[in-house]
Amino acid sequence: MSAEDLLLKTGRFLRRAVTSDDLHTLHLKGGTEGDFFYRDRWSHDKVVRSTHGVNCTGSCSWKVFVKDGIITWETQQTDYPSVGPDRPEYEPRGCPRGAAFSWYTYSPTRIRYPYARRVLAEMYAEAKERLGDPVAAWAEVTTDPEKRERYQSARGRGGLVRVPWSLATEMIAAAHVHTIMTYGPDRIAGFSPIPAMSMVSQAIGSRFVSLIGGAMLSFYDWYADLPIASPQVFGDQTDVPESADWWDAAYLMMWGANVPVTRTPDAHWMTEARYRGQKVVVVAPDYSDAATFADEFLAVRPGTDGALAMAMGHVLLKEFFVERPAPYFTDYVKRFTDLPFLVRLERHEDAYVPGRFLTAADLGSREDAAAWKTVFVSEESGEPVVPNGSVGFRWAESGAGRWNLRLDTDPKLTLYGEEPVEVLLPRFDGGHSVRRSVPARRVGEHLVTTVYDLLLAQYGVARPQLPGIWPTGYDDAAQPYTPAWQEPITGVPAQRAIKIVREFARTAETTRGRCMIILGAGTAQWFHGDAMYRAFLTLLILTGCQGRNGGGWAHYVGQEKCRPQTGWALLAGALDWSRPPRQVPGTPYWYLHTDQWRYERFDAGELTSPLAPGAFRGKHTADLVTEAVARGWMPMAPAFDRNPLELGEADDPIAYTRDELRAGRLAYAAQNPDDPRNWPRVLTLWRSNLLGSSAKGNEYFLHHLLGAAGNLSEADERAPKGKLDLLLTLDFRMTSSTVFSDIVLPAATWYEKHDLSATDMHPFVHAFNPAINPPWQTKTDFSAFHAIARAFSALAKKHLGVRRDVVATAYQHDTPGEIAQAVEPVLQVVERDYGAVADKLAALGPLTETLGLQVKGVTFLPDKEVAWLGQRCGLVPWGVAKGRPELDTDAKACEAILALSGVSNGRLAAQGFRQLAHRTGADFDELINEDHRIVFSDTQARPVQVAASPEWSGKEAHDRRYSPFTVNVEQGKPWHTLTGRMHFFLDHDWMHEYGEALPIYRPPLDLATLDGQSGALRFLTPHSKWSIHSEFQDNLLMLALSRGGPTIWMSVEDAAELGVADNDWIEAVNRNGVVVARAVVSHRMPKGTVYMHHAEDRLINVPKTEATGRRGGIHNALTRLLIKPTHLIGAHAQLSYAFNYFGPTGNQRDEITTIRRRSQEVTY
Amino acid sequence: MRIMAQVAMVMNLDKCIGCHTCSVTCKQTWTNRPGVEYVWFNNVETRPGQGYPRRYEDQDRWRGGWSLTRSGRLRPRAGGRLRRLLGIFANPVMPSIGDYYEPWTYDYENLTRAPLSDDVPVAPPRSLISNEPMEIRWSANWDDGLGGDPSPDPVLAKVSDEVKLAFEQAFLFYLPRICEHCLNPSCVASCPSGALYKRAEDGIVLVDQDRCRGWRMCVTGCPYKKVYFNHKTGKAEKCTFCYPRVEVGLPTVCSETCVGRLRYLGVLLYDADRVAEAASVPDERDLYEAQLDLFVDPDDPAVATAGLHPDWVDAARRSPVYALIKKYRIALPLHPEYRTLPMVWYVPPLSPVVDALSTSGHDGEDAGNLFAAIDSLRIPVGYLAELFTAGDPAPVTTALRRLAAMRSYMRAVNLGEEPVLTDTDLAEDDVRDLYRLLALARYEERYVIP
Repeated sequence: MSAEDLLLKTGRFLRRAVTSDDLHTLHLKGGTEGDFFYRDRWSHDKVVRSTHGVNCTGSCSWKVFVKDGIITWETQQTDYPSVGPDRPEYEPRGCPRGAAFSWYTYSPTRIRYPYARRVLAEMYAEAKERLGDPVAAWAEVTTDPEKRERYQSARGRGGLVRVPWSLATEMIAAAHVHTIMTYGPDRIAGFSPIPAMSMVSQAIGSRFVSLIGGAMLSFYDWYADLPIASPQVFGDQTDVPESADWWDAAYLMMWGANVPVTRTPDAHWMTEARYRGQKVVVVAPDYSDAATFADEFLAVRPGTDGALAMAMGHVLLKEFFVERPAPYFTDYVKRFTDLPFLVRLERHEDAYVPGRFLTAADLGSREDAAAWKTVFVSEESGEPVVPNGSVGFRWAESGAGRWNLRLDTDPKLTLYGEEPVEVLLPRFDGGHSVRRSVPARRVGEHLVTTVYDLLLAQYGVARPQLPGIWPTGYDDAAQPYTPAWQEPITGVPAQRAIKIVREFARTAETTRGRCMIILGAGTAQWFHGDAMYRAFLTLLILTGCQGRNGGGWAHYVGQEKCRPQTGWALLAGALDWSRPPRQVPGTPYWYLHTDQWRYERFDAGELTSPLAPGAFRGKHTADLVTEAVARGWMPMAPAFDRNPLELGEADDPIAYTRDELRAGRLAYAAQNPDDPRNWPRVLTLWRSNLLGSSAKGNEYFLHHLLGAAGNLSEADERAPKGKLDLLLTLDFRMTSSTVFSDIVLPAATWYEKHDLSATDMHPFVHAFNPAINPPWQTKTDFSAFHAIARAFSALAKKHLGVRRDVVATAYQHDTPGEIAQAVEPVLQVVERDYGAVADKLAALGPLTETLGLQVKGVTFLPDKEVAWLGQRCGLVPWGVAKGRPELDTDAKACEAILALSGVSNGRLAAQGFRQLAHRTGADFDELINEDHRIVFSDTQARPVQVAASPEWSGKEAHDRRYSPFTVNVEQGKPWHTLTGRMHFFLDHDWMHEYGEALPIYRPPLDLATLDGQSGALRFLTPHSKWSIHSEFQDNLLMLALSRGGPTIWMSVEDAAELGVADNDWIEAVNRNGVVVARAVVSHRMPKGTVYMHHAEDRLINVPKTEATGRRGGIHNALTRLLIKPTHLIGAHAQLSYAFNYFGPTGNQRDEITTIRRRSQEVTY
Repeated sequence: MRIMAQVAMVMNLDKCIGCHTCSVTCKQTWTNRPGVEYVWFNNVETRPGQGYPRRYEDQDRWRGGWSLTRSGRLRPRAGGRLRRLLGIFANPVMPSIGDYYEPWTYDYENLTRAPLSDDVPVAPPRSLISNEPMEIRWSANWDDGLGGDPSPDPVLAKVSDEVKLAFEQAFLFYLPRICEHCLNPSCVASCPSGALYKRAEDGIVLVDQDRCRGWRMCVTGCPYKKVYFNHKTGKAEKCTFCYPRVEVGLPTVCSETCVGRLRYLGVLLYDADRVAEAASVPDERDLYEAQLDLFVDPDDPAVATAGLHPDWVDAARRSPVYALIKKYRIALPLHPEYRTLPMVWYVPPLSPVVDALSTSGHDGEDAGNLFAAIDSLRIPVGYLAELFTAGDPAPVTTALRRLAAMRSYMRAVNLGEEPVLTDTDLAEDDVRDLYRLLALARYEERYVIP
C-alpha cells in the first residue's frame, strides 16, 4: 500500500462520505449550491419566435430568449408541422450564422442613431438657413460644383455625425422632391433585394419608391442567382423542390452546390437519404464539404461542367434513346417537351442551319395567333398537326379550353427514314462548326426536321444512313460531345462520366424519374451559366425527372421564392394605387450607370456563332442594351433623356412621346447614360449591402457612380465621376454601403419587428416578431419609410402637386404582350398625387379589387378580402384613402399579404384554378381548397404550411412534398413557353446569333485574350461558411471560428510557386481592382484556382494595399460586369421580360487575377 | 453490482456537416462572458487537424488522463497526488492561452466614429486579453475544412504511412466535442479542492463554483482539455451537460440545436462497482470492450431491484444511446486509451465510402462490393481506429460494415428491388430499426430524457 492510499484510507474516516472499496470513488451528498450560477444563467423571462432575413434561403424559425428586457441568445424552434411518418422532420432548422445573430443587437457595429456626413449636413444647413426652403437648399448643394465635389469626395472617408430623425428625413425628402422636379422620378432608384426574406420590410420601401414613380431595381438576375435557363426552358423564373423532397430522390447529384455549407439547415435531408439508399454524386472543383458525403466525387475544372454534362447527354441519347429506347423516357419527352416539334431549316452556304419553329401560320392557318402555334408530325397520319398547348392557345380567343397538353395523336419524335439533309452546328470548344445531318422533309415551302433530330445531331449521336462527320465511338476525342472529348477539358475520366450517367439513367428508368441534381452558384454564375444549366436540364428532362417528386433540378441560389407572391407584389408595386410600377433590371442599369460598359474591349460580335448572320458585329454590348430598350424588350431607368413629368404635360402624353421619339427630339437615356440628364440621382438601399457585397465592378461603382476615391488604376477620364446626388442606406450595422452613404438611418433588427418569411427550401410561412422594441433611435423599415413619406409629402404638396407621368415598360411574360411582336416600348400615363403619397402608403388602394391581382396569367379578384381587411385593420377616416383598409402597421401589412395571396387564401387560389380550368379545359378540382386560410397570428404561433395555388407549379398538401411542375405533368397544364412544353430548342434570332439554339458547351471566357485581363489564377467567389453575404462576416463569433478577416484559399502547389505560406498577407490585383487578404493554403484546393469567399467586406481587418496605398477592396473589386446579349431578348413567348424573372445576369465567375505575397508589415 | 444511471450522448459523425451551430448556441448560452471568451464548451474540429487546444491529444506532452502503474493500478498520467501537490503552484503541463487562442475583438467603433480622413474606416483586431492591437495567428477553429497544414495532428502522425495530404486523396470529417462526462473522470481525481464531482443522479461532471480554488489541476488532468480556466473569476468551468435543461427533460443546447440531427441523448445503466476495474485492463485495445461490458441491459433483472426510479428504467429501455452503443455497436468511445471511460460516443463516418472503390473501376453500390469499399475508404480506417478504439481496426470496421449493409439493404427497398441482407449479424428487423434510428428519429426519439 502506497503512502497515498494510506492517506486516502485514513481520510475516509474524516469525511461524511462513502468511499468505494477500491478507494476509487467517493460518494458525497449535497454541496451543490455552486450550481446556482448556471441555473441563473439559464433563466429567462420570455421566448419570442422570430427569424432572420438574410437571403440565405433558410427561413428558419427561431426562439429568441429575453431576460430583463435584454435579448440574450437564440436557439431553433422545433415545432415545424410534420412532413409525414415515413421521413425525417424539418426540425431543427438553423445554422451557426443564425445562432450568432443576437450578437448584433448590442454590438459596437450597431447603428443606433441617424447619421449624415458632416460636410453635407453643414452645407445643407447653411443653405437652408439662407434660402429658407429644404428643396432649394438641396438643389444648391448638389448643383454647385464645388460643394458637390466636397461632399461626394468625402464618401467612404468617415466624418459621419449624428443627426435627428427630423433633419435626416427632411434632407431625404428634399432630395426626392428636387430630383422629381428637375430630372424626373425615374432618376430615383431603390434597391432592396429578396422580398421573401422579409416581405413587409421590402414592400414598404418599394411601395414608397413606386408611388413616387421611382425605379425599383431587380436583384435576382443581378446577383446571377437567376438561372436564365429556367425561363428559357421552363418559362418560369425558378421553381424547385422543397428540401424534404430530396428524401424522395433515389439518385442525387450536387453539381456546383455545396449543400453542407450553403444549405446548412437542410443538409440533413441529404445525409439521411443516404440511409435510405440514395446514391450521392458530387461534382466540384475542390474537395468541398459536399464531397465528404459523396459516393462519387468528380473533380471538375472550374467552369467546364457543361462539357461533362454534354458528354453525359451523348451517352444518354445513344444508349437510352437510339440503341434501346426506354419506354418511360420516350413517352415522357413526347408529352412534355418540344422534341417532336418541327423546326425550319435555313440554307447556309452548302448546307443548312436550324431556324424558327414551324408554326400553324406556315401551314396556312388563319386562326388567331397562328404564328405562335407550333407543329409536329402525327405518327398515325404522318401529317403535320397543330397540337394544343402552345402559347398561341394561351392568349388567343380561340384558345379557350385548348391550352393543354392533351394529345389526340402520337407525335413523331424523329423523321428518321426521310431525306437526310446536312446541317451545320456551331462549336465553341476550339473548332468552327460540325457538319452532320438530320432527316428532313418539306412542308409547303419549308424544309423541316424535329428538335429531337437536331438534338441527336448536336450531341453527335450517329444513326445509320445519316451522313456527316460523327464520333466513331465514346473514345473519339476529336468530336464533341463524346466522353473522351470532355476528358481533357474537364479533367474527369471518360469512364467515370459514362458510368455515372448510366447509373443515373437506369435509376430514373427504374424509379420513374426520381433522380435529382442540386445546382448552385458554382455552376450558375458563369457568363455561360445558362448554357451549362441547359446541358444539366437536358439530362433531367430526357430521363423524365421533372414534375416528379424526388426528381428534377433543385437550384437553390437566393431566397427568391416569396410564396405569398401576389399580396407582396401588390403592396411592393403599390399596384393598389397606380400601375404600372417602374421595375428595371439591375445588371444593365449598373452596367450603364457605373460606366463599366466603357471598359469593355471587345465588340458584341466577338462571342457569337461562326454560323451567325452577324447582327452583332461592330456593335458594342451597350448598343444591344439600347436596342432591347427601344424594342420594348426590357425597361430601363431613366427611360428618356427628358423628365417624364414634362412629357406628361402634353394633351396626349403618349402620342406626344411617340412623336418626339420618332422625330428624334426625344432619345432613350440608355443611348447616352453619361449625359447628366440621364444620371441616377437618388439611390436608397435597405436590407442590402450593395457596395460591400453584390456590386460587381465595385471600384467602378465607387469611382463613377459615387465619385469616391478607390483603387481603380486606369479610370476612363471621359466618363463622369460622381453621378449620385444622394446615397441613402437603412441598416442596423455598419457596412460598405453605410460608410459610403450620405445619410444612414438606424434600422431595427429582425428581432425587433413584425414581418413574414418564406423560402424555396420548405413550404412554410412564418413570422418575425419583436422580442424587444427597436432600441435607441432605431426604427423598423416600415416606420422609417413612413417617416420619409410624411416628410416627402409635406414638401411635395407644395413643390410638385398632382402630375402626369409617362411610364415606359416592356412587354411582359405571362401576359398577351409576350406574343405581341413588339417594336417599341409600351407607354402608359400614371397620375401622381405627390402630396398624398404618405396617405396612400398607409392604406390599401382601390385598384386591388377593381383591377384585381394578376399573377402568372390569372387574375384574383379579392373583393371579399378587401372587406375583411377593412374589418381586421380598420378603415381610414379621411383623406384620399378615406374608407380604405388601413395599412399603418407592419402587422397589418403582413395580414394584407396573406389575405391577398393564393398560397395563403384558398378562395383566391380557387379563382385562379377555375380560370386555368377554363383556359386549359383541364380539371383542377383536386387542387382547390377554398377553406384554406392563413392569417398572421397563425404564423406567429408556428410555421404554417401553404397550399397549392396558381402562383406556383407544384402541388402542396400535408402528405405531399413540393416539387415543381407536378401540376403540369399531372394536370396536363402547359408550361409557360412557346410550345407549352419544356424547351430544348430556342428559336429566337439572337439565340442563333449566339449559337445557343440547342444545348451546347461554351467554355469559360478567356478574359486574358478577350479583355486584356492580367493573371492566370481562376478567381472564384463561392459562399462562405462563416457568413451569409456580407452579413455575419463582421460577427465576432464567426470571426473567432474562422481566420478573423478576409482570406484567399489556394492550393499547396500555387502557394509554393508564389512563395506564400499559410496566413501570409497577400494581394490579388487585376485591371479592376485590388484585394488584400490572408492566404489559406490547403490541399483541398486544386492547382490554378483560388477562392475568395463571397462578400468579405472591407471594414474588418483589411489593411491598406501596397498596390495603391489605399484600403483593399471587396471580392467584387476584382470583377467587372459583362452582359450576355441573349439575356436581353424580349417579347418572344418565354423569352419575355419580367422583373427578377428574365434579364441579364451579373455573372462573375470567369474572372482571373494575379496574386503575390506582400510585405507582412501592414498598416490600417 | 451497484447499478447507476447516466445520461450519455452519441454523435453520428456520418451526419455531421461541420456547421458549428452547436458551438455557437452553446457559446451564446454559456460562455459569451469576460474571462471565458476563449472557451468553447462545445467545439467542432476538422480531422485531420490539430484540434482545440492545439494538439491536445498529444498526452506525452499534456499528460492528461490515466496511466497504469507497474502494478497495474490507475494513476493520473500527470502524476500521483503527492507529485501534483508539489507542483500546485507551478504546473508545467498546462496549455497556454496561445494553445487555445488569444481571443480578440475589433475596433468596430471606428466605423461610425471615424472623423473625415483619407481612407475608408476600418476595424482592426485588438486583443481581449491585453487590449492591445494584435495580429490574428490562431483561432478556436483555425484549421477548419483543412485550412493550413494538418500534419501536426497527433492522430495523423500515428498513421502517417497510410496518408498522403494531396488533393487527390484529400479526406476530412468533423468531430464535435464536449466534455465526455467520463465514468472515470481524471479531472475529478486531479482536483486538490474536491470541487469537481460527478452527479450521482445523472452522471454529469461539474465544477462546484464555490469550492473551486483555481488550482487548474483539472485542466491538466483532463486529456480532452475540456475543463477551462476563467481568468476573470479565477475558477474552472466546463460543459455542464446543460443540467438546468436536462433536469427538466430538455436536451442539451448542443443537441437540440444540432441541424445535422446527429446527436442522441439517453440513459445508460452501468455497474459502478466495476468502473476502476474496467478502466485498468492492461491492454488499451480492450478498453472499448471493457467499457461496453459495464453497461447493464435495462431488462436485466438486477435493474428492477437497483433502486432506480421507474422513469429512469423506462428511459433506459427506450434509450437510443444504448441501442447505438451496445445493441448495434456502431457507436464508439473517443480515445478510450485515456482510460477515463468517456460517455460521449461516436458513430464513425462511413462517407465518402464508395468513391475510392469507384475510382478503381468497381461498382460501389453493389452490396458485395461494399465491404471491400470499407477497406479502401477515403478516410483510412487506421485513422478512425486511432480515434475510437486505441488503434484496433476491428470495431471500426464492424460499425462501418453495419452502416454499409443497412444502406445497401435500403437502396434495394427504395428501388423496389428484393433487398439482400449482407451482414448476417443483423436481423432484418434490426436493419430497419437501425435505419429508423439513424435516418428518421424524431425529436422525442433522439432525446429520451427521464
